[in-house]
Amino acid sequence: MPCSFFLCRVTMASSCAQLCLKCRSLLCSKTVATTWQHSTQVRHCRTVTPVITKVLNGSSFFSGNHRTSPASQRWKQQMFCYSELSVKHLATEAKEDKFKEELSRADVVAYKSPLLPVNEIQMPLDLDAAAEFSALEEITHEEAVSISVPAAIPPSSTSLRDYVDKSETLSKLVQLGVNLWKLEQRPNVGTMLLKLDFNMDVAPRLLFLKHIGVEESHIGYIITHNPFILTEDLESLQARVNYLKSKKFSSETVASMVSRAPYLLNFSVKRLDNRLGFYQQQLNLSASNTRNIIARLPRLLCGSLEPVKENLKVCEIELGFKENEIQHIALTVPKVLTANKRKLTQLFDFIHNTMKVPHHLITKFPQVLNTKYLRVRERHLFLEFLGKAQYDPDLPNYISLDRLVSLPDEIFCTELALATLEDFYLFQKTL
Amino acid sequence: MAAPAVRMFRRVEGLFCVYKPSGVHWKLVRDNIETKLLKGLNAAPSQPCPQEVRFLAQPGGDAEAPKGLTLSVASVPALSKHPLVTGPEFQYLQVGVGHRLDAFSSGVLVLAVGNGNKILNDLYRTRITRDYTLEGESTYGHITQDKLDRVLAMLQGANQKSLLMYSNVDMRSQEAYEMAVQGLLGPDGKSAPILTGLRCIRFEPPNFTIEVQCLNETQKYLRKVVHEIGLELRSTAVCKGVRRTRDGPFTLQDALTRHHWTASDIMQAIQQYKSSKKNKNYSRSKVKEPGLHPLEENTTDSQQNETNVEAVAAGGSRSQTLLSQRCF
Repeated sequence: MPCSFFLCRVTMASSCAQLCLKCRSLLCSKTVATTWQHSTQVRHCRTVTPVITKVLNGSSFFSGNHRTSPASQRWKQQMFCYSELSVKHLATEAKEDKFKEELSRADVVAYKSPLLPVNEIQMPLDLDAAAEFSALEEITHEEAVSISVPAAIPPSSTSLRDYVDKSETLSKLVQLGVNLWKLEQRPNVGTMLLKLDFNMDVAPRLLFLKHIGVEESHIGYIITHNPFILTEDLESLQARVNYLKSKKFSSETVASMVSRAPYLLNFSVKRLDNRLGFYQQQLNLSASNTRNIIARLPRLLCGSLEPVKENLKVCEIELGFKENEIQHIALTVPKVLTANKRKLTQLFDFIHNTMKVPHHLITKFPQVLNTKYLRVRERHLFLEFLGKAQYDPDLPNYISLDRLVSLPDEIFCTELALATLEDFYLFQKTL
Repeated sequence: MAAPAVRMFRRVEGLFCVYKPSGVHWKLVRDNIETKLLKGLNAAPSQPCPQEVRFLAQPGGDAEAPKGLTLSVASVPALSKHPLVTGPEFQYLQVGVGHRLDAFSSGVLVLAVGNGNKILNDLYRTRITRDYTLEGESTYGHITQDKLDRVLAMLQGANQKSLLMYSNVDMRSQEAYEMAVQGLLGPDGKSAPILTGLRCIRFEPPNFTIEVQCLNETQKYLRKVVHEIGLELRSTAVCKGVRRTRDGPFTLQDALTRHHWTASDIMQAIQQYKSSKKNKNYSRSKVKEPGLHPLEENTTDSQQNETNVEAVAAGGSRSQTLLSQRCF
């Protein structure tokens, strides 16, 4: 479902109180303090409260008069438009430099508020003065070139494609292969991505991923599935990787686990520890076997443990497997631990009761518990029709269960069923 | 717009039939087909990203006034048209289902894509019959083949009577006689389910297989028929399987099995259907109100009957060859 991205708007009229609240909350977030745009907004807020009566007529924010050159005034007005939008990095570096330079030329009264931690540039806006210059005024060539047209970016939109060309973060993410279309369907993710600063937030985390050994081609996949890795604290990420390495997972294993389970590093060390302990205890496995299972199916560490506990109980009670059999099955096919228990029961019922395969044979070939029910059913019925459905290794013409389920259709027909593929398809139409 | 994908989409519009396996809800089949078709359509090569001309100011590192008209021109790809930002070319497909099959039945399920949905509507407003194979199992040993045949004949007679009743024509008129001669008697629109043909194909006590041609039926009704047959035979009968072998002009032969549910196979099936439509000269658009144009309807309905007969014979013979194989 598309969601709207609301950029902070500094509106002049009646929503001042809300504005102040928003600005205060902006102050609290880490990323605000680093940009001059937010700081100017915040500073505007601080002066708004005492002059709230003056704001009501909507004409001026500040009681200050500055007689500056018309070019800088006009250009101050442009900056005001920009400050309405909280999209970062709209201004290119060159513009920022120009701005700082122009400010120093103008006579600006420095207004230091004790609350603000950053040393920002003061710029009181005088909107009465804004009305004084006219569009027909002559300007120099340099000033003409320095006028930058404010980008036609909508303040709020349901899609990221309106912002991708103007936002450095989004363009770089697309170049990395992140699927922005998929991400914008998730609520609030788009707004979060827009607010990220590429150099401060995204780049250090990408470097971190590369450092732990994740290949560049996988980074797009990881961010598409877990965009919140870009907001995780770097120290925590490092601590989690160190924890996994302390549990004797090699660096390549950690890298492959992160690539295949993108949410892995978002979980705290305590939770990862809890899960590793659970698997080791419940399945009664040695440490190296547990490592083996987790390395092959890292999403076991990401999901909830309740379905796994239920599946283990189902295997024990409903399906009637013994503990060592369950251990062996989990070691060979870890996916059984996260399988849908209704489908697992249906499949087991068919294999055990219709195909008459005993428990010990299923334990020997646990891959049969990982197949689709329809596939096993049609192959078994075909073999039964041909009189070849014989799964007992002691008797002649034995068909092994793993070959039954894992072979592709043509090889199954030619080698196991000794029939043609067309016959198999015709038979399927009689079921 | 990506031209290859759109051309492929034009080829995918039409009607085709699939073989629905039993135990699967028809909606899952429809969704699966839609996903596979979208995958095939979006895999077609897309246009490259369009370029945009931008003026970039010189990245002068020092904070000085801009040095005159020093701007560089660059042609950069417009990322807002990149597929990772806009999403895939095709996101939804209109796939419609013909007569539905409930979860425990299997058989021919007609599906229509895009423009084919309109044809589907017209097709199903005509009086098209469907063929089913019902597998029954009865428990008592006193049932013999001829008793079963007698019961089936009685059922068929009762259904013929209801057919005449629902056709809304006065039985004593000349019009009724002419329609009966041409085989046009039948209910228009909604009516109770009517079995136009019943036949026992196989009888191996306790199992038996019946072939049915019917109109306006539901699979639940067919299971009830098997139950009633059992009651008539003074015993019980349970329906073990319902399998649709034909739905209008679509037979088992044309049905696609699960392994063939890919965009290319579906396109082939649609092309086949379109060419066969041209050959048989079906004028489906004219058969909207059965009463209005009796002449055209005559030809189409008699053709339908012919194809019915052919299909039944073909279906019967095919199932018999398979069954003879079963008997070894």
